[in-house]
Amino acid sequence: MALASTKDREFLAVIGDEDTVTGLLLAGIGHINQQQKRNFLIVDGKTQVNVIEDAFQTFTERKDIAILLINQHIAEKIRPTVDKYQQAFPALLEIPSKDHPYDPAKDSILKRVQKLFGE
Amino acid sequence: MSGTGARESVFPTRMALTNTKMRLKGAQTGHSLLAKKRDALTNRFRAILRKVDEAKRKMGRVMQLASFSLAEVSYATGDISYLVQEQAKTASFRVKARQENVSGVVIPAFEPDRVQGSDFNLTGLGRGGQQVQRSKEVYAKAVETLVELASLQTAFMILDEVIRATNRRVNAIEHVVIPRMENTIKYITSELDEMDREEFFRLKKVQGKKKRDAQAAEVQNQEKAQAATTESERRPENVDKGGVDLLSSKDEDVIF
Repeated sequence: MALASTKDREFLAVIGDEDTVTGLLLAGIGHINQQQKRNFLIVDGKTQVNVIEDAFQTFTERKDIAILLINQHIAEKIRPTVDKYQQAFPALLEIPSKDHPYDPAKDSILKRVQKLFGE
Repeated sequence: MSGTGARESVFPTRMALTNTKMRLKGAQTGHSLLAKKRDALTNRFRAILRKVDEAKRKMGRVMQLASFSLAEVSYATGDISYLVQEQAKTASFRVKARQENVSGVVIPAFEPDRVQGSDFNLTGLGRGGQQVQRSKEVYAKAVETLVELASLQTAFMILDEVIRATNRRVNAIEHVVIPRMENTIKYITSELDEMDREEFFRLKKVQGKKKRDAQAAEVQNQEKAQAATTESERRPENVDKGGVDLLSSKDEDVIF
């Protein structure tokens, strides 16, 4: 956790369905960098799992992203990768989407919280 | 006895004993300090844990609200998602990392950093501009919640890791380092005692031998003295003949 590495991280990234991404872009998190890379990925029913995985890898490896938001039902598709992800940066956050209500039991962080509480 | 368990390979000298004792003291101090650190971290960790749990639940509600406002927008304006995606060029909502220090552990906390930009100004200009504006606000609030949650979660991850490392260290000192030093100290003391006893025994032995020698010498001396006295008693005339008159005899090399 070098101090310098946290300073450069200023963007949020999102992997989500169309509505979620639109909303978050409305809030103003969208960014396109010099390499013409977007910090968001829209996943619909036709998106391949490996595309999601690739985006997940890219976003987690980018040095300027502080928080990675991912819809829970999409995280569910790449659950092994998400569960394996242990790094502190970027912080991985599973968010609910419009069609899929939030289920705390599936969240990889909350699972750990629950385990630590011993419930 | 002499340190049955693992011990360091040192020579059993007094200096090594002092050194090891000092190091043991250091290890004990370190152990108590680390234990304190662990307790402080665990305290903080529990507080964060509770907050994470709360925030996650809150996030569910906030996001629901946000999606609802977006639904309002699409009802009023129609589908704006394409427009929004195309207009996203530079982020006006960013986060700033701030450092927080919990007993020597640096925990980053994210803060929302909004640049009042004029993104999507034209969105919904035809109709439903107000809804779009409102949705923007609602989503911004939601993202703030998300950022807060993310910083809590990051703190949670880092603290978890640090607590584990600290625990490992505490346990290692308690169960490996300290026993080993105690064993070393035991070994050195027992070895030194052994050497002490040996030395004592050796001294005693030497002393005894010296005494015996002295006695033997005395007996011999006495015997010699006795023998001498008896001899001198026997031939007293020999003593007078011992002296030679230097003048009476002439040396050949003396010229004068």
